[in-house]
Amino acid sequence: MIPLASILFEVVRNGATALSVQFLTGTPALVTLPTGNAALAGGIAVSIEGTLVLMGLTAVIAVPIGLLAGVYLAEFGDNRFGRSIRFLNDVLSEFPSIVIGILVYSILVVGLRVGFSAFAGGVALSIIMLPIVTRTTEESIKLVPRSVRDAAMALGIRKWRATISVVLSTARSGVVTGALLSVARISGESAPLLLTIGTSSYFLSGLNQQVDALPVRIFLLSSENYVSGAQQQGWGAALILIVLVLCLNLAVRIATRGKYGAVRSRI
Amino acid sequence: MGLPRVSILATTEEAAPAKRAEDKVSDTFLQKLKGFSSDDLFEFLATSIGSLVLVILIVTSVVLTRGSLAVFGKFGFGFLTGTDWNTSLGSESYGALPYILGTLVTAGIAISVGILISLGIAIFLSEMAPSFLRSPLSQVIELLAAVPSVIYGFWGLFVFRFWVRDYLETPLSTYLGWIPAFHGTATGYDILTAGLVLSIMIIPTVSSVSKETMMAVPSSQREAAYSIGATRWEVVKLGVLRYGRSGIFGAAILGLGRAVGETMAVTMVIGGTPGPYVLPTSLLKGGVTLSSLIATEFGDATGIHLSALFGLGIVLFLFALVINVFARLMVWRVFKVTGGIVE
Amino acid sequence: MTLGIQVDKELKAENTKPILISRPVEPLKIQTDKLNAWFGNNHVLRDVSLRIKENHVTAIIGPSGCGKSTLIRCMNRMHELVPQAKVSGAVLLDDANVYAKGVDPVSVRRKIGMVFQKPNPFPTMSVYDNVAAGLKLNGERDHARLDRAVKRSLDLAFLWEEVKHELDKSGSSLSGGQQQRLCIARALAVEPEVLLMDEPCSALDPIATAKIEELITNLKDQYTVVIVTHNMQQAARVSDYTAFLYLGQLIEYGDTTNLFENPKEELTERYLTGKFG
Repeated sequence: MIPLASILFEVVRNGATALSVQFLTGTPALVTLPTGNAALAGGIAVSIEGTLVLMGLTAVIAVPIGLLAGVYLAEFGDNRFGRSIRFLNDVLSEFPSIVIGILVYSILVVGLRVGFSAFAGGVALSIIMLPIVTRTTEESIKLVPRSVRDAAMALGIRKWRATISVVLSTARSGVVTGALLSVARISGESAPLLLTIGTSSYFLSGLNQQVDALPVRIFLLSSENYVSGAQQQGWGAALILIVLVLCLNLAVRIATRGKYGAVRSRI
Repeated sequence: MGLPRVSILATTEEAAPAKRAEDKVSDTFLQKLKGFSSDDLFEFLATSIGSLVLVILIVTSVVLTRGSLAVFGKFGFGFLTGTDWNTSLGSESYGALPYILGTLVTAGIAISVGILISLGIAIFLSEMAPSFLRSPLSQVIELLAAVPSVIYGFWGLFVFRFWVRDYLETPLSTYLGWIPAFHGTATGYDILTAGLVLSIMIIPTVSSVSKETMMAVPSSQREAAYSIGATRWEVVKLGVLRYGRSGIFGAAILGLGRAVGETMAVTMVIGGTPGPYVLPTSLLKGGVTLSSLIATEFGDATGIHLSALFGLGIVLFLFALVINVFARLMVWRVFKVTGGIVE
Repeated sequence: MTLGIQVDKELKAENTKPILISRPVEPLKIQTDKLNAWFGNNHVLRDVSLRIKENHVTAIIGPSGCGKSTLIRCMNRMHELVPQAKVSGAVLLDDANVYAKGVDPVSVRRKIGMVFQKPNPFPTMSVYDNVAAGLKLNGERDHARLDRAVKRSLDLAFLWEEVKHELDKSGSSLSGGQQQRLCIARALAVEPEVLLMDEPCSALDPIATAKIEELITNLKDQYTVVIVTHNMQQAARVSDYTAFLYLGQLIEYGDTTNLFENPKEELTERYLTGKFG
């Protein structure tokens, strides 16, 4: 409780002083202070854009795959192989994210010569998000009563149609809850991004281009402590990131209050 | 009405008239092929996508093994036991021991502090909290889990570090400095701070899993304890903690797994530079962990240096694999038993 | 009109009890032949051979756990959806064995519809979509045709007048009795030939029950109805034929009036007079 309160308090207190229109919309810049020292100014719009792009890209990759994998576990996973997959899925969901970074670096960035890019970052985040979406989808599908499934089967509907149009549609709010909460979670990931997205001070011109992201920016700013203004920018970036993550979380939690406990406990 | 009505049920082999097959094997194969419906395709597709997680884990282990072949080829097991970390071309030397130990020590601090707080929270939530407090409190704990790790790191570096330095480390080094573990100057930029930040980060995981385990303890266990005249605390101790201990243990191991793999927050507050000096002999010294070293050096590494980082990766991978498999098995077992599902 | 007798002869196997057929000229819609069913090692149906006549209501009665529901779930191949469930024997729909090799269970279920014990409308769909679901998900896109099918089915289920102005409302917002009639309409919309009803009134109050019984009687001009019930009065009220099942075996089957007034088997009599069950 105390840590959470302190984190929120400090982030808001210090971050608020950094906020300005220029901070939210500008690109990073160095200015020379009247004292002659260089100071960090400008804004972090590039990082905000990068984080939003990465979130979108990740959702586009991970949600469909995770949905189908969740359907597999719920509908066909009641056997030895299915149980092993469920187990490995749980193991993967707790895996050190930096290892995923190494994986994507080797396969995509270097192996397939994609290079440091938004795409590589999106894939890395997708691998982190995939097991979560899979499990939340499975849990939501399992909440659909047997009777609904029976009704669909008794109408002579093909199982795949019944699964997509009846079962998933009944489970949709749970599925959406899971997907949104996992997007919120990966939006704060930084370790795998260090190894995959490179860095950029310009707005994105393509998914194969290097990109910046809020969590990575915060990390870099924390180590550029010697430049004046860096720490303040870091707090500002942290404020934006935490607002993004917590708003998404709070909104979802309030909208689904008291429901989908099984789904939420998977995040 | 005299005509027999022949109902035609659609069959999946309508299109191809049945053929007498020469032998049994091809017969069943043919039938399988003909009987292949859109549902089978769906099942096949879902199963392949479901298996992706298996592919990911296999590919990860292959990539890490291939990447680290060079460093293990050159240094053999000395890579695991060595303490040198010299990246200058020509005199390169890589030993991972300080970082392996750094990871273990920080995770160890995290788990020993984290488990105490988490258990307190879990007991409070499952046994003592009035019901109107339960839900909001669990929500707050869940929010704690949602805070990005880089923010924990930033906060740790610019706020928490000074609390640790002033209220914990300064007294420790002043009064207990003669113990090797507390040698050094209190800077707050060290292993102890990293471990404590980690302990805060794992609280949500450990407390929510332990809470669920405790909630799963059948009320008959509690009633049994009450019926022999136990106090509230004794009920928790006898009925709940003992009954749910393997689940709580599993939760702790799960937390350990998170702590071992956590990168950013640790990297930001642990404050050491690689080399023999960061062998974690004192908690008040800067340290380096497996993941923090990968995070800081991966960007500029090439050749054998890069291979050495892959080597760290494989050690981390194995740690995480063993810990998580173990933890999942523990947690699963508890829920299987208490859930009444017998397999 | 000779078909019923022909098939009858063909099917007569040594173990099958001779079955009273009061009106042998009427065509048979469903015949089960030595039907056995299992849940895992639990043998729940034993050699059930039953002939169900077209355009009549057949009731299946018996104490709970006697395999009534399993019997009708075998008829439209719903039984096999339960993990570890097994079936042997044959179920003939008209003359075709629904368990023959290569028969697609989905096509069987399209011809044999089912209504369940508890009303189970699709919770996220509107009244209209619930009724249209079977057609839509089988590829029907023509709106006029869907509209017609929805109205026709709701009419048959005696629900049209009550919901015609709220077709967009969620299916689960209706009352329990209305929900069950919605489920009946949903099953009728795909134009099955047979309607199986698994204790359709067990969750409903007497008024809702009366309405459903009335519509069942109304349905038999167009459909063959098989209804499972634990309520003997209900069987007597709605059905033309009644089958009494006990411990997975068919004990007696015949004209409802005959069976209720002078049962041939002692077990039937004891059940009907409430001596066990």
